[in-house]
Amino acid sequence: MAEHLAPYDTPLHRDETAVAGMWLFLASEVLLFGGLFLVVLVYSHTHAAGWAAGVRHTNLAIGSVNTLLLISSSAIYTLATEAARQGHERRIIPAALGAAGMGMTFLVLKGWEWRLEFREHLFPGPDFAISGPEAGGAQLFYSFYFLATALHGLHMLVGIGLIVWVCYRVRTHGGRPVSPMVVDVVGLYWSFVDLVWILLFPVLYLIGRA
Amino acid sequence: MAPMPGSERNYLWQDGTVRSWLLTTDHKRIALLYMASITVFFVLGGIAAALIRLHLIVPTGAIVSDETYSRLFTLHGIVMVWLFLVPSIPVTLGNFLVPLMLGARDLAFPRLNLLSWYLFVMAGMLVVYGLFRGGLETGWTFYTPLSTDYTQGRVLPVVAGVFLSGFSSIATGVNFIISIHQLRAPGMTWYRLPLMLWALYATSVIFVLATPVLGITLLLLGFEHFFHVGVFDPALGGDPLLFQHLFWFYSHPAVYIMILPGMGVVSEVVSTFCHKPVFGYRFVAWSSISIAAIGFLVWGHHMFVAGTSLYAAVVFSMLSFLVSVPSAIKVFNWLGTMHGGAIRLDTPMLYAMGFIGLFTVGGLTGLFLASLASDVHLTQTYFVVAHFHYIMVGGMVSAYFAGLHYWWPKITGRMYPEMWGRTAAALLFFGFNLTFFPQFLLGYEGMPRRYATYPAQFQVLNVLSSAGASILALAYVLPLVYFTWSLFRGARATDNPWQATGLEWRTSSPPPTENFAQAPIVTHEAYDYAALAQAEDATRRETPHG
Amino acid sequence: MSWLPEASSHAGRVDVLLAGLVLISLAVLGLVFGLMFLNIIRFRVGSQMPVPHEVVAHKSWRFEIGWTTATLVIFFALFVWAARLYVVGFQPPAGAIQIYVTGKQWMWKVQYPGGQREINSLHVPLGRAVQLLLTSEDVIHDFSIPVLRIKHDVLPGRYQSLWFIATRTGSFRFYCTQFCGIGHSRMTGTLVVLNSTDYADWLDHTPASGSLATRGEALFISNGCSGCHVSGRYPPDAQEPGRAPSMVGLYGSIVPGPDGRPVRVDGAFVHDAILHTGAGRFPKGRYTTEMPSFRGVLGEDELAALVAYIQTLSSSTPPGMGALASPPREGR
Ligand code: HEA
Ligand code: HEA
Ligand code: HEC
Ligand code: CUA
Ligand SMILES: [Cu+2]
Repeated sequence: MAEHLAPYDTPLHRDETAVAGMWLFLASEVLLFGGLFLVVLVYSHTHAAGWAAGVRHTNLAIGSVNTLLLISSSAIYTLATEAARQGHERRIIPAALGAAGMGMTFLVLKGWEWRLEFREHLFPGPDFAISGPEAGGAQLFYSFYFLATALHGLHMLVGIGLIVWVCYRVRTHGGRPVSPMVVDVVGLYWSFVDLVWILLFPVLYLIGRA
Repeated sequence: MAPMPGSERNYLWQDGTVRSWLLTTDHKRIALLYMASITVFFVLGGIAAALIRLHLIVPTGAIVSDETYSRLFTLHGIVMVWLFLVPSIPVTLGNFLVPLMLGARDLAFPRLNLLSWYLFVMAGMLVVYGLFRGGLETGWTFYTPLSTDYTQGRVLPVVAGVFLSGFSSIATGVNFIISIHQLRAPGMTWYRLPLMLWALYATSVIFVLATPVLGITLLLLGFEHFFHVGVFDPALGGDPLLFQHLFWFYSHPAVYIMILPGMGVVSEVVSTFCHKPVFGYRFVAWSSISIAAIGFLVWGHHMFVAGTSLYAAVVFSMLSFLVSVPSAIKVFNWLGTMHGGAIRLDTPMLYAMGFIGLFTVGGLTGLFLASLASDVHLTQTYFVVAHFHYIMVGGMVSAYFAGLHYWWPKITGRMYPEMWGRTAAALLFFGFNLTFFPQFLLGYEGMPRRYATYPAQFQVLNVLSSAGASILALAYVLPLVYFTWSLFRGARATDNPWQATGLEWRTSSPPPTENFAQAPIVTHEAYDYAALAQAEDATRRETPHG
Repeated sequence: MSWLPEASSHAGRVDVLLAGLVLISLAVLGLVFGLMFLNIIRFRVGSQMPVPHEVVAHKSWRFEIGWTTATLVIFFALFVWAARLYVVGFQPPAGAIQIYVTGKQWMWKVQYPGGQREINSLHVPLGRAVQLLLTSEDVIHDFSIPVLRIKHDVLPGRYQSLWFIATRTGSFRFYCTQFCGIGHSRMTGTLVVLNSTDYADWLDHTPASGSLATRGEALFISNGCSGCHVSGRYPPDAQEPGRAPSMVGLYGSIVPGPDGRPVRVDGAFVHDAILHTGAGRFPKGRYTTEMPSFRGVLGEDELAALVAYIQTLSSSTPPGMGALASPPREGR
């Protein structure tokens, strides 16, 4: 038993443990976002009109572009995992950085969208743009909107950081193969962040728009 | 193996620099770091409790203003729950024992373990900062809209602190679950795990699945307090009850975080001091899991008078009775274990029996609250305060002390003074009942909780309760003193002073940094005392002069 | 268990339930402590008692099934007993006197149908059904009357209901039992139960600025409601029913709710409609005007008056005395 491996028996054992740990952590994350979706469930029902008014004011164009970006980003990242599995060290970095770049673009677009919304006074508060009977529900929607997108953005940042870290490890390990599991584990996290957006997108942009 | 004075090669003294402690990834050292931290918080929360009881001696309030009183019980509740009782057994005894009981070298993610301690310390500092610089008066439940729009208190640092402590809990939970799945020694099947590990496994499931809901709830709360608008805001038609649903969805499972590890400890202690396998091992094991599972479905019983629907109330009441069944199973199985054993009444056993008695009282009064019509009368009164102190203090804190005494020889290599231990255990039982039994009567008579002043007719019972609290304080100070003493002067402990069966007793006291000199192989069920005796016979024959 | 007086028959029934719970608990505690001590006496190391071999059970599942079913049966019985008593609280009898109670940091404001108002005390007649309609102007409070063994949380922006029939005259304390800020422990008051002649006397001698409904009528005009809504005596300017729904006969009627399911119009419904916190049930454009929200404009006591007034516009409700007791609204 190699001492530097402790507490694991073999490198494989270590990697499996890491993957299992990530899955469990993601289960925890599901419940974090689950609480947010409960808010949606309640208010899109009790404040249907105001909620829908809020949805109608979001920027569908940016939202759709961002959705496409994230889906492609996850797709590209699979190239990195594939490369790692086959031992093609050098192919990992461009694919991973590509995925991270798309993530950055997403964040930039999101920031721009936020700016537009601040200008339109869509941030809840005394000078909120939507008035009339729908004002309450719409403000509830926008409270949710800003919190949900901020939280998701934060997860994106962490994900991008992880990807950059993987690239760094691949580079500095020079020659010695990086365990494909590391690339895999980060990929798991990245797809999760992607998945959350795929659930957020209809809630923030589509349901109630028509 | 007799300890060799002078040339100690164990985790405690191997490298004594401060740096080596602060950067350690050894689960045993992290356990001790945690133990020191939560002791600080326990004393802090305890001082607040002492002030509360002092204040309530006089109906008009003896020592502080209404405002300070509100801050005191908020501080007491938050510190005791999140900075003491939730982490207590898991992060100290759990951290120390999980790898040892599994026969492993360390937890699955040693660095994550250290990180979780740092998160916890940061969390604690934020909470303490918030509670002392400005204070907070919301109670530990943070009900909206009081906590969002109507308080001048330091909501943000406190909420941020509790949020961080949640992450620390999640890290611990992930670590335990993965370790139990991945790091079991050869031959350690699931049904050979000590019951302590089943209990910690169930606890970890709650850590991982309930804590994030608290996290998001606190985020929403902080957002709303900061921007003065948000999703619980009744001024926008937002629903303040939604906050309560989210809060209790975490906090009810959290009360089982605060009891399951204690049940695990009691199972170990009762078996050892009866020298007999736990009666109905599988039932006890699975009852932990089912408490954790059903515990997710009963949060609504905190809201019977809050304005939820009749239908919800009835369902939640029924489920609350259902979740009590596994607890009953445990109590009866412990009694079954005692039957026909060879009972020794050492300190850990005294604490464990205190646990069984006081937990049963607390649990039975929980049924008063789970019953709908009686809850309407008793809710939000001192009856509830008494209910949860019986379980959390009489139960869980007793179990923590049982565990501390039981594993103290393993952790430190020293024995505590037995006579003082028994005295403290007896004092605890007596002082505890004097403090909290009168509160049941107060509650029935209608005295509301969180009252800084109260009608004069309640004074007698309040004075009794305060008198009990001073005895209780003594019962907690005593172990603090003799544990410290024993750390330096206690008699040397042998490897297995209690004749117990767990793997942790097969290594030296205190264990070496790598836990086991030889990786252990498990060949018997848990609590197989016959096999233990055989093994000892064998070693005695091999080394006749040992 | 009766050093706390029982001032209603419900209180008596709750006490019986509690006594039942206490008895069962004592039995269980006796069993647990009894077994613990017996075990210690017989099986302690060094005990003088001989241990017969056959007492030590090895097969456990019989015991497990035994005590699990026993516990389940007892639990189920307790659950049903307590739930049946609780359900009653949701069904106020017809003809209950409706009294509006508003919580505010840190006092209770009480308004009677006859227009009387008081703070931190509540007068009710002996032997008559009383329904309290509770709401809050700020945070969550809780209205608790221990002698009646009832309490209910009081939430901002919606109505909750408590009802009772007092069966014993005297003065009793009520409390706020939901932590509501630093003045929480001072938010208490006195419930005074009077026999019917004393009660009538009290009503007569308490100054009232017109009945609650009369105040509501004045508010209905001064706030411009009558400019849009038909209310019998006050048709809107152009006598145009297309501007806004009529208030006549609205209270107590069954209307399709926002999701199509029928709902009965009660105090909470009207209250929420005025504040726009309820679910508006009309599609946009159904009326020529749009109703402004009165949130922040009208206080809870004014809302209570408006609700009382709109009640009088339905034929089945004699002025002020809410004969058609509304079922309390269930929370969402
Ligand atoms: C460790 C913590 C802990 C634990 C384990 C429990 C366990 C239980 N709790 Fe408790 N509870 C709290 C901590 C805890 N509680 C806290 C902190 C609050 C207040 C929060 C606040 O508002 O601040 C609270 C409040 C609370 C309420 C809400 C009161 C109110 O505010 O109105 C209710 C209502 O149902 C309840 C019920 C129960 C039940 C049914 C159990 C059951 O799990 C108990 C099961 C155990 C037994 C029943 C005993 C053993 C059984 C036998 C020996 C079997 C034989 C018995 C018979 C045949 C009758 N609890
Ligand atoms: C989780 C664990 C926990 C623990 C261990 C305790 C321990 C104690 N609690 Fe606490 N309590 C809660 C959790 C806990 N409590 C919660 C969650 C609430 C609700 C808060 C809310 O409403 O929001 C509450 C509320 C609460 C109240 C109700 C306040 C109110 O509603 O107005 C009271 C009143 O008596 C009380 C008393 C005590 C006492 C006497 C102890 C004793 O057991 C403590 C004894 C310990 C010590 C005294 C410390 C030991 C002493 C030293 C180490 C030396 C230094 C001390 C001195 C020099 C004095 N507690
Ligand atoms: C500018 C016109 C206008 C004014 C002023 C007005 N309302 Fe309305 N009200 C409406 C309209 C239009 C509706 C129906 C559409 C809706 O629900 O928004 C309505 C709906 C209602 C309803 C719900 C009726 C139902 O059947 O659902 C109530 C109750 C009500 N108003 C009471 C009041 C009261 C009390 C006032 C004064 C304090 C008031 N209104 C002032 C226009 C008005
Ligand atoms: Cu109002 Cu407490
Ligand atoms: Cu609970």
